Amino acid sequence: MMGFDFVLYEQDYDQIQQVLHRLKEGANAQMVFLIDRNGSMVAFQGDTENIDTTSFASLAAGNVAATESLARLLGEREFNVLYHEGAGQNIHMSLISQRVILVVIFSNKSALGLVRLRVKQAANELERIFTSLMEKLERDRELIGASLNQFAEITDEDIDALFGGPESERDRGRPR
Amino acid sequence: MVFINYAAREINVKIVYYGPGLGGKTTNLQYIYERTSPDQKGKLISLATETERTLFFDFLPLDLGTVKGFRIRFHLYTVPGQVFYDASRKLILKGADGVVFVADSQRERMDANIESLNNLKVNLRENGLDIRTIPYVLQLNKRDLPSAVPVEEMLRVLHVKGEPVFEAVATRGIGVFETLKTIARLVLQELKKTTHAMG
Ligand SMILES: Nc1nc2c(ncn2[C@@H]2O[C@H](COP(=O)(O)OP(=O)(O)OP(=O)(O)O)[C@@H](O)[C@H]2O)c(=O)[nH]1
Ligand SMILES: [Mg+2]
Repeated sequence: MMGFDFVLYEQDYDQIQQVLHRLKEGANAQMVFLIDRNGSMVAFQGDTENIDTTSFASLAAGNVAATESLARLLGEREFNVLYHEGAGQNIHMSLISQRVILVVIFSNKSALGLVRLRVKQAANELERIFTSLMEKLERDRELIGASLNQFAEITDEDIDALFGGPESERDRGRPR
Repeated sequence: MVFINYAAREINVKIVYYGPGLGGKTTNLQYIYERTSPDQKGKLISLATETERTLFFDFLPLDLGTVKGFRIRFHLYTVPGQVFYDASRKLILKGADGVVFVADSQRERMDANIESLNNLKVNLRENGLDIRTIPYVLQLNKRDLPSAVPVEEMLRVLHVKGEPVFEAVATRGIGVFETLKTIARLVLQELKKTTHAMG
């Protein structure tokens, strides 16, 4: 099914940020990301200046998707947690509500046990947030639909503007 | 499954380039990457074999500006075209908002085109999507090659539903941005249509 499967409002966003912030502090982590299953970044906490968060999100989603398929090949319903250990940094990923991926990046200043514990707490809170978010979306479908009506009037000019105008020298194709 | 972030007034759109192996999907993304200014693009990520065949996917994020007050982020993906990577193709199609089918115009690749198109239909269905309703563009690539099949003949077997068609030479960029623009427009228009249908 197409459509706005997932709409995030200010209020939910703030709540999510608070949970991520607490997780980052509590787990003594460097960064915490929340990523949707299709590879879009939902929210993050920490110093992400030296990391390409967009690429990271898409690769993490690919990683989780591949791992899930591996699990299914083995007859497991799912692997809930993915853990990658590096020399200086480690990545802990878990799937929440079958919908979003929680990623914690931590150095050897923290410890896996602590991260696991804090992730579990954060996961419970995030699950609550997402459950109520989905209920709200179900209730407000019509309202949200109305607010997107503006996209009905999207014109060729709007699209051209995105791509740098109709005369763009990049366009050298032959439409039929 | 467009992800709309009202908090950031941002819309994330996933577009998947599908088609037979060596058809030119990765080349499309490479050209788009080369011709997009640095502030509008992220890294082009290619999970490829040593011989530059796509192994899992290519990924290119584009951030071209705003439409109606929303920042639109396009996430372009290619699938691996080689037949035996079917499990990966299925994964990448998940949550696609639009599909570009890159067909290889060479006569000897016509069977591969047909097989790939059928595979697309099946994999869309398995992801709860439908080729008849998803925004869809057909690109006839490699028009520069001597064994290119006449367009009319290709359309007879590959045209599914009156979708827009572009002739392309992806290595030279011909038709690449037209294809992208058109799928982008179809996806953004669909956003409104489906919200209505579901409202
Ligand atoms: N002559 C010609 N060659 C092309 C064209 N487009 C792509 N190629 C070449 O075809 C080969 C395969 O292109 P790719 O873009 O890697 O193909 P792909 O569809 O990504 O292939 P897989 O990753 O295996 O699915 C490369 O050598 C390209 O340079 C074209 O329009 N004309
Ligand atoms: Mg490729």
